[in-house]
Amino acid sequence: MQQTRSVEIGTGLFVLLGMSALFFLTTQTTGGDSFSAAETYTVEASFENIGSLKSRAPVAMSGVTIGRVTKVSFDAETLEARVRFEIDSQYSQIPDDSDASILTSGLLGSQYIGLQAGGSDTYLEEGSEVYFTQSAIVLENLIGKFLVNAGSGGDE
Amino acid sequence: MDAGGRGDRALGNNSENLIEIVDLKYSRGSRVIFEGLNLTIKRGEVSAFMGPSGTGKTTLLRLITRQLVPQHGVIYFDGLDIATLNQRQLYEMRQRFGMLFQNGALLTDLSVFENVAFPLREHTKLTNRLIRHIVLTKLHAVGLRGAADMMPAELSGGMARRVALARAMVMDPEVLIYDEPFVGLDPISMGVIVRLVRRMNDVLGITSIVVSHDVAEVSTVADRSYLISDGKVAASGSPDELSAANSELVRQFMHGMADGPVAFHFEAPNYAEQLLGRDSE
Amino acid sequence: MRALLRDIYSTSHEFVRTFGAFQLFFLRLLQHSPRMLLRRPGLVVKQIYNAGALSLVIIMVCGFFVGGVLGLQGYANLARFNAEDSVGTVVALALIKELGPVITALLFAGRAGTALSSEIGLMKATDQLSAMEMMAVNPVRRVLVPRFLGGVVAMPLLVAIFTCIGLFGANVVSVNLLSVDVGAFWQQMQLSVAMDDIREGIFKSIVFGVVASVLAVWEGYNAIPTAEGVGRATTRTVVITAISVLILDFMITAVML
Repeated sequence: MQQTRSVEIGTGLFVLLGMSALFFLTTQTTGGDSFSAAETYTVEASFENIGSLKSRAPVAMSGVTIGRVTKVSFDAETLEARVRFEIDSQYSQIPDDSDASILTSGLLGSQYIGLQAGGSDTYLEEGSEVYFTQSAIVLENLIGKFLVNAGSGGDE
Repeated sequence: MDAGGRGDRALGNNSENLIEIVDLKYSRGSRVIFEGLNLTIKRGEVSAFMGPSGTGKTTLLRLITRQLVPQHGVIYFDGLDIATLNQRQLYEMRQRFGMLFQNGALLTDLSVFENVAFPLREHTKLTNRLIRHIVLTKLHAVGLRGAADMMPAELSGGMARRVALARAMVMDPEVLIYDEPFVGLDPISMGVIVRLVRRMNDVLGITSIVVSHDVAEVSTVADRSYLISDGKVAASGSPDELSAANSELVRQFMHGMADGPVAFHFEAPNYAEQLLGRDSE
Repeated sequence: MRALLRDIYSTSHEFVRTFGAFQLFFLRLLQHSPRMLLRRPGLVVKQIYNAGALSLVIIMVCGFFVGGVLGLQGYANLARFNAEDSVGTVVALALIKELGPVITALLFAGRAGTALSSEIGLMKATDQLSAMEMMAVNPVRRVLVPRFLGGVVAMPLLVAIFTCIGLFGANVVSVNLLSVDVGAFWQQMQLSVAMDDIREGIFKSIVFGVVASVLAVWEGYNAIPTAEGVGRATTRTVVITAISVLILDFMITAVML
């Protein structure tokens, strides 16, 4: 009987340790993906270039995550990228002339959508379109521009 | 002496033949182990299967309990053709058997007590108190009540076999099968086991099957012996009848002669030729 | 030439046959699992103890040093790009997605898998499984299924523990010994580790747990019942588990990316 007891205690401790390790992993090692909301509304936007934005990327306003990208596609008519993202319903008073830009967290971090509040009295709602967008900064284009500028500067 | 096969075919549940084997054939790979084997085992007797090593005595036990299935022939247990049983019926049949394996086959991770209690815990819903009662009774019967808390690794060979016997009896089987129960025991343990085999059979009124090649021990316990050789029952009868038999094979086996129908030499080319052949090279 | 073809044929025939038998065996284990789990949880608990709690020390020691070496290598190599702050990211992703599940599975095969194979092989060699058959107890259900389930439950927990200790080891090396900022270490990690990465790790650990446990039980059950056969079965357990885990790891990663 004594032996069964120590087996049970050992197993209990082991399972508890494993569970807490799992809990630690899911809560402490990841932060960027913590968005979860019971109710959301979906908004769309077109971008000239989305860089490496992927679905599930966060949507942030003033640095706070308020939603996430659900779908990235290419519109063959306008020849632009269509991005659909959902926003937590508790943030229902975002002006509909707000500005969406694709930003990078840190120098080499992953990309996300940053919303900059506008001044309109009407708000974004289910199915709205964000008209003012700013593309991702693509490093190669930036370097290219810099080199061209530097080259032409040398000529003068 | 006619070889087996004299049982009446039509078996009722109250027939005096408990097990009947008819025209059995079994081969492993290309090696034929039994061919045309006929055998009957009577209720309430101690029957012994004897024979030289390698004649498949243990295989025969496994066939009777359907751990193996024959290629041809029928084995009846209590009037039932065991080949027709489904898994559940087979397990029901096996609960009527108790088997003592050569080395005891105790479960190494359970104590002696739990080993004996194992069939009860698996097959019954008895209370712990009742199980304790039954297990201690059975252990007492084999004289090992004091060893209940030991682990199998701590037991001597003879003790392990006695515990295994207690375990084989715990479900009150109708048939007890002993696979080589006398091998590798010191004279005292041997005497104990011999006594137990006979006593279990008579006191509990069960049927026993003993597989052994120890002629002397078998003679003291068995009511009827079957000498198996060449895939058949070569001779059968009471021990006295067998020792008096004038078949050469029986004589060789019963009296332990080195050469005879079972040759001392394994098959080989001619001795002189082989030696000379080597020399000339 | 003829003989060669025949050899190839019989070898591949044998391989397919063994593989099929293995699948059927796996199905049989699964078929008996729910009943065993509900009716005899005590047996499963004992096997969780054998497979999990007894592997804890080796898992923790190895986890600490694997995390530590990742911290060292990550720091040394990232420092070339002045990106030593990302060491947390590198270590966490490597541990969560790959090294945690894979190394734990290999250690599990070496510690718990061999123990299972040799235990079952010895039970077979000493007629314990036949004895159960004769006592009308199905050895697959009574012996193999609890051991299989114990391994399946223990593995994901072992992986989680390994990964956590690894992160702790990396933290000790890069923050306490080298000069990475604690805040940067954890924040960089949290920014770049997504829930999907953790899910991938958990999924792998479950798959590896099932594979390692079935293989260990299978090799033991099919061991040739002699001392030599049991020894060979334990060796095969380690080799086959290692190969299967690494191949499966590649396949899962390729599909999930």
